[in-house]
Amino acid sequence: MSTLTLERGINAFKAQIDAPMASFFSSCVSCGMCAEACLFYTENPDPRHTPIYKLEPLRRVWEQEYTLIGKLKAKLGLSKPVTDAELAEWQELVYNNCSLCGRCTLICPVGNDITYMIRRMREGMVASGHAPEGLIGASTRAVNIGSPMGVKLPALQAQVRHLEKSSGLEVPFDKEGAEYLLMLSSMEIMNYPEYLGAVAKILTNAGKTWTLSSECFEATNSGIQIGSSDIARELVSRVVAAAEKLKVKTVISPECGHAYTALRWEGPNLIGRPYTFAAKHIVEVLDELRAEGLLQTEGFEESKLTFHDPCQLVRRGGVVEQPRNLLNMVAKNFVEMADHGTLNWCCGAGGGVSANEDAEEVKLKAFQRKKKQLDELHVDTLVTACANCRIQLEEGMEVNQMDIPVLGLTEMIAEHLVERKGGAA
Amino acid sequence: MNEVDFLLWVKGSAFNIALFIFVAGLVLRLFEILSLGRKVNYAVPKGDPMQGGLREIFRRFGTDKATFQRSMITIVAGYVFHIGLFVVIFLLAAHVEVFKSVLGFGWPNLSTPVVDAFAVVTMIALVVVLIHRLQHPVKRFLSSPGDYVAWAVTFVPLLTGYMAYHHLLLSPQMMLGLHILSVEVLLIVFPFTKLMHTFTVFLSRWYNGASMGLRGVKS
Repeated sequence: MSTLTLERGINAFKAQIDAPMASFFSSCVSCGMCAEACLFYTENPDPRHTPIYKLEPLRRVWEQEYTLIGKLKAKLGLSKPVTDAELAEWQELVYNNCSLCGRCTLICPVGNDITYMIRRMREGMVASGHAPEGLIGASTRAVNIGSPMGVKLPALQAQVRHLEKSSGLEVPFDKEGAEYLLMLSSMEIMNYPEYLGAVAKILTNAGKTWTLSSECFEATNSGIQIGSSDIARELVSRVVAAAEKLKVKTVISPECGHAYTALRWEGPNLIGRPYTFAAKHIVEVLDELRAEGLLQTEGFEESKLTFHDPCQLVRRGGVVEQPRNLLNMVAKNFVEMADHGTLNWCCGAGGGVSANEDAEEVKLKAFQRKKKQLDELHVDTLVTACANCRIQLEEGMEVNQMDIPVLGLTEMIAEHLVERKGGAA
Repeated sequence: MNEVDFLLWVKGSAFNIALFIFVAGLVLRLFEILSLGRKVNYAVPKGDPMQGGLREIFRRFGTDKATFQRSMITIVAGYVFHIGLFVVIFLLAAHVEVFKSVLGFGWPNLSTPVVDAFAVVTMIALVVVLIHRLQHPVKRFLSSPGDYVAWAVTFVPLLTGYMAYHHLLLSPQMMLGLHILSVEVLLIVFPFTKLMHTFTVFLSRWYNGASMGLRGVKS
């Protein structure tokens, strides 16, 4: 990689600036409402944590480069150029204190998509050498090994053998022409192997053909989190190559929020063309199976439970109804948090925060927002559909001595599955 | 320059210059924004960007309950002064006459004492937002000189208009001249300050809403 410099960073900023961003910067009236929408401010109220302020260096580059007044001011020496020291200072704001959750984007009264701009700003942070070590490590492992956590194929194969032995299910690799290509996150392989078992059971029972790919099993995309389109493109290209080689109809994004954003929304733009297959989150697939009558359940969860909406699914993905349809199949005592659906508060560790050691303390502060939401409800169980949210929620509850188990939605559905005639299970 | 000359100047050439800078500035600023363009989106849409854009243009006039409670002063005072400004600028009989002379057509007006009451409420709301800006840690921190300039150039025309109508401090002629001059300052700085949000707010809401619409996000 060539040297990372301020100049490269500023050029990357310039390359990112488009009409929507220019409009957003022109529209901001400094009302401060985005601060109140952001858990990194509400739980840690330093005005520097105000979402729009996190973009200040990018805003100045826009003003100095793309407005007449800004150019005049620069010529007259009335504005100061962005410095390397400033970008170093901003690293903490752009990475540690933002999970790209999109809540500021939803609340902003003038309609600014602040999250979009922070995602774009990270491109310049990477180019100028101001990305956190943790994310650099995760991205490097993702590119070199194929997984941000360093999980290799033999680890997955071992999981699969164990699963096949214990369940009697067939877990196919590289089955050409299958309807679904199932992608996973390393977090699921290492920490929540029950996810794979649950999906295998449900898809097989529904009579669907599906497969894993031995060439690419990782759906998460560290390139999106660190803000490097080059890395993101490389990682998403592997998924596309695997899907096209196996000629699948649909790629299933795992219980992970940003993997869905990476695959569903950024992927086609990174490779510069539409996919030849559909990309869906597992929850969308399950809800489709439900609607087709291919997913039937029996019995109900007795405990009082609530659902934590992964930000990338609701605010950045439009997946709100599906998990609720599914939960209502198996839960009689399902209650909603005060702010739920598109208004839900982030777990505090999305958008690369969980992979960033510098954010360890900050993310636990941010968790206090979720704690407040949960304290109001007195639930016995918390369900979610994102392995990254899940590990943060578990850690946050552990630290705060809260005794609420966190479950993945897919495994909860699988536990109540009714065996279908015609299904292979 | 005596009072009459001053009044003639602000109503004549000064007004024309200000109006020209205002219109040219608006065109320039919108061109600066729109000419940056945006990339084609290859992701298969889940919903209609156009519908999403239009929905967000309207939806963002309102807010959810919790956000309202957290930002009550900003929202209430903001609403009051925006509505007040609209009424004062567009519905005062004397102003409708000005629009008629510039645009060639007019519209019905409210009675002047009613608009006068709106002006008072608007000024109070603007003072509230200024105090709030100076006291609220986030707002004070975010505020640049441009924010205070935008406030001042909005407030002074209201104040001078009010004083001219009520024959306060200076002769009504002189005050009217100052009022028109302050509006000219407003027109000139408008495109180059955050006052520009008057127009770009619709663009921003549309862009954001189009992205939401594309992703099937219904708020």
